[in-house]
Amino acid sequence: MARTLTFEQEIANLFYAMDSNPVQACIQCGICSGTCPAVAFMQHSPRAIIAMIRAGQKKAVLASNTYWACASCYACSVKCPQGIDVAAMMYGLKRYSLWRNHYRTVPLGADFSRRFVRLITKYGRSYEPGLAAPYVLRHGFRGLLDEIRTALGLLRKGRLPLLPHRIKRAESLRRVIWQILPVGGRA
Amino acid sequence: MKAYSYFPGCSLERMAASYRLSAAETARALGVELRELEDWNCCGATAYFHIDELLAATLCARNLAMAEQEGLDLVTPCSGCFKNMYFTRAHLREDPDLAEHVNTALAEDGLQFRGTVQVRHLIEVLVQDVGLPEIKKRVTHPLRGLRVAPYYGCQILRPRKGREDDEQPRFFEDLLTTIGASPVDFPLRDRCCGGSLIVTHRQAALSMAYALLQDAIDHEAEVIATVCPLCQVNLECYQRHVNRTFGTNFGLPVLYFTQLLGLALGIPSQRLGIGKELISPAPVLARVGG
Repeated sequence: MARTLTFEQEIANLFYAMDSNPVQACIQCGICSGTCPAVAFMQHSPRAIIAMIRAGQKKAVLASNTYWACASCYACSVKCPQGIDVAAMMYGLKRYSLWRNHYRTVPLGADFSRRFVRLITKYGRSYEPGLAAPYVLRHGFRGLLDEIRTALGLLRKGRLPLLPHRIKRAESLRRVIWQILPVGGRA
Repeated sequence: MKAYSYFPGCSLERMAASYRLSAAETARALGVELRELEDWNCCGATAYFHIDELLAATLCARNLAMAEQEGLDLVTPCSGCFKNMYFTRAHLREDPDLAEHVNTALAEDGLQFRGTVQVRHLIEVLVQDVGLPEIKKRVTHPLRGLRVAPYYGCQILRPRKGREDDEQPRFFEDLLTTIGASPVDFPLRDRCCGGSLIVTHRQAALSMAYALLQDAIDHEAEVIATVCPLCQVNLECYQRHVNRTFGTNFGLPVLYFTQLLGLALGIPSQRLGIGKELISPAPVLARVGG
């Protein structure tokens, strides 16, 4: 008989290839939230998210901006007295929400990651203007002015790449990627 | 002259060109040969891990496999690339099934991962392999009295790579002391700058950068030194945005550790990419004869 995993079990399974304890080990001490430099921008703190996962509050967890506000700095992971890799869990939640197409409800993070992957699939290397440009209008009018002034400054200093750099074996890299995940069309 | 495979990382091509120049110059001056991997690809940054871990591991493994062909340990000056490639190597070595899967994909590019070379950060190679006594011998222009905030950032320290001290690291301060500079007490030196959020969560990223800049100023730093291109760009290029958002008036230069090291070794500032900043370090460096 097929067994349905609880949300808590699903998240525990996302600790794939990580040398880490599962979320079930959490004692709710809150050190993760205390060390997190982005906690002020999270709808639910890392500690609260773990409690919500354990309570099976799948909808509320996935609707939260918490995991997209995580900067992956691993302060929580190295401090957790229970050996839970909290940052890896945030990565797991990002992947989970992308797989389940929950990403449309959260701002920018998922869209940015997808754009990044498409760029690397095509060129093999990153290209900052291609990543940042689609979002310049998201930071308000003053933000846009700041952005333009910074870009012009970088341009003047020769720090702005004008064209993406395509690696020589970009086609082979595409075939490699296609073996793992069929993104960006056929190899 | 000890040789290493070299992975500069995407940022160093343009955005962090001064890191590329100063890393090459200082390595050469210290007898370290950095042989750039011929056709390296992006390490995947954080974004690839958001989409698929296996794919992220495969991207890193391609670079590792190319370094193995050279038979040389892989060195990178970017903390993000360092962390990604370090842990990819560790995971693939621990998990033969995972390695086999990745190798099936790499075969499309005529490559194979065996896990035979180490992954190192450039500062680690200079401090440990060259060594501080050797660096000290070669310092011709000590940066006497220059108050530098040693900014470690996150990925170089975390997750923990081995038995190193991630809570009270000393290597950056020690290097700065060796070149005659004065490292300031900088409590937020290992706190994340928010660089990875600068596009996707601007408010959080600026607030994190603000906290660091304020901390460096409070401790009377004249310049921040970094070991990662993402940190440099976030702290320097977005200082204008921080100032407008928080009503501050910061004008704190942010340099790569290799630029300060290069100056102390007597390398002309132009060859270290000094002059490419948006916030000029010239007034501060003039005081120490840079």
